[in-house]
Amino acid sequence: MAAERTAATRRVVEKTKSDERGLELLAKMLEIRGVEDEVQRMFTQGLVRGTTHLCQGQEAVAVGVCATLKQCDSMTCTYRGHGAVLAMGAQADAVFGEIMGKAKGLCGGKGGSMHLTDVAVGAYGAFAIVGAHLPITVGLAFASRYLGDDGVSVCFFGDGTTNIGAFHEALNLASLWKTPAIFVCENNLYGEYSPLRTTTPIERLADRAASYGMPGVVVDGNDVFAVIDTAEEAVARARAGEGPTLIEALTYRQVGHSRSDPAKYRPPGELEEWLARDPIVLLERKLAEDVTDPARIAELKEQVRQAVLEALERAKSWPDPELDARFANVLA
Amino acid sequence: MSVTELTYRQAIARAIADEMEIDDRVLLFGEDVGAAGGVFKATEGLQERFGPARVLDTPISEQAIVGCAIGASLRGLRPVIEIMFADFAGVCFDQLANELAKYRYMTNGQVTVPVTVRLANGAGGGFGAQHSQSVENWFLNVPGLTILTPATPGDAYALLRAAIRDVNPVLYLEHKGLYNLTGPVSDADLDVIGRASVVREGSDITLVASQLMRHRALEAAELLAAENVSAEVIDPRTMVPFDYETVRSSITKTNNLICVQECSPGGSWGATLIATLAGDSLELFDAPPLLVGGDNTPIPYSGALEAAWLPSPERIVDAVRRTLAY
Repeated sequence: MAAERTAATRRVVEKTKSDERGLELLAKMLEIRGVEDEVQRMFTQGLVRGTTHLCQGQEAVAVGVCATLKQCDSMTCTYRGHGAVLAMGAQADAVFGEIMGKAKGLCGGKGGSMHLTDVAVGAYGAFAIVGAHLPITVGLAFASRYLGDDGVSVCFFGDGTTNIGAFHEALNLASLWKTPAIFVCENNLYGEYSPLRTTTPIERLADRAASYGMPGVVVDGNDVFAVIDTAEEAVARARAGEGPTLIEALTYRQVGHSRSDPAKYRPPGELEEWLARDPIVLLERKLAEDVTDPARIAELKEQVRQAVLEALERAKSWPDPELDARFANVLA
Repeated sequence: MSVTELTYRQAIARAIADEMEIDDRVLLFGEDVGAAGGVFKATEGLQERFGPARVLDTPISEQAIVGCAIGASLRGLRPVIEIMFADFAGVCFDQLANELAKYRYMTNGQVTVPVTVRLANGAGGGFGAQHSQSVENWFLNVPGLTILTPATPGDAYALLRAAIRDVNPVLYLEHKGLYNLTGPVSDADLDVIGRASVVREGSDITLVASQLMRHRALEAAELLAAENVSAEVIDPRTMVPFDYETVRSSITKTNNLICVQECSPGGSWGATLIATLAGDSLELFDAPPLLVGGDNTPIPYSGALEAAWLPSPERIVDAVRRTLAY
């Protein structure tokens, strides 16, 4: 009887814990969605220069993977990296500020939408040349091993990256040197405007890991808990000195490649199918199935929405950089 | 360290070793730099001395080599990497020009990238068009890179130690034709980046020449002395940041300038030097400044053709005569 009670108590504790954790994850995913939706709107208002690449629909990958990281870990990502940088803990106002080129933006207005960087939270950079950051991630991971600091280095990239040379050079070296790197391929089915099947002769990108003697794992990238489980395994493996892992997270880019792309190349019904599997919808459903009070979810959504809007207003009020700032930080 | 006689290649190995000795953050990697001691033997003995954890052989993966060095440097390490033949910079141009050079700027100073990239420049060895180029000009208009071009064992040593200590990315270009050159090496003055060196004083004309051309300019100066022409020879040693002041003060005295470079003229450091001085110091010139360089063709293989491609002391002398006869 006593044993039963203990077991029951533990179940409740676990449930509450996962409930709280679920709400935390949901809050982060909502924040990313909110920021991306606002950035999309900011374009129409002429507040964003050049171009931008949004990640609506892919939030569970960044949030799930980054939830498994510690202080000593590092992350690099692509120009579709607003979500990953926020998932590491960058402040939304500084993200908005950078995208608007403001002095108090993450990079003082010198990086922009494609180069969000916040080293203080372990976000070592967003890179706008496809594949360029994979070798850099190997170096970050190598340094952790050289310095003996237990850190791992995570790298997010798209399916298109697996066709560029730097991908292969980086995975080969990472595995050869058993560096604590985790390569996370966000397979969103499109490389720019081209469907994956028109550019890539294999279906499962994780298969490419075999060439480099590392595990290749496929995961439902819209299920944040599945992402966490997969990432935890890869991170543990990396920390134990067993080398890198390639994770292929299956997900979907709900918007076009960049702001100028209306994504008319999608087959009919595809978007709707994926919207039904929206990672935020899936997580909310999961939380509702558990013990979470629906009112708490509604309350959380409103809180996050307000916080995002306040962050945006703050960032809008910031001044542009001083003109002399353009000469700073070419060299140290 | 007292003054020691070393070859240019020994000076390079010695500079790396001396920095590795005093700083655990310094490490070396590249293709065949470890067990084999480098294809040019410029890193011989380093793996034996410092072990395979600090001197690592890599696959033939130039992008991975540069990118890995960038990543390691972000965490405070001081990687020295070798790209072997400088021509291979083409394989990793993105990593050098888009990542290494711009990383600090794009992040507004959140990162420092203390990477030293060693590359072997230079024609004259019969290596053909893809293993003979001097590539400093490829990077002249990529702000963010310091570019060094040593021509003597002493400069090779001092500039490499300074490069490794520098907190910014440095391209360090060795010249294959100089590896066997012997000369004095000392650690007395390591504050050498950005400082040109007046290697022969003269009063009639200023010859600014780097690497192999510095030595040919000195030969030309000897030939000219027999004609009672006094040539001053300046080795810039650093391409970026360029020491315009030393050249300008020389021209104040000689009123004539010839740049001698191994590479072809388009978009080159010699052309930039002439344009800069013509722009701000035109009144100093008695004659139009000249650029003597390699022909505007790929570098040919045949010994006869390659010798004709490279500026010779005679071509330099001829250019001086034309300038002084203006």
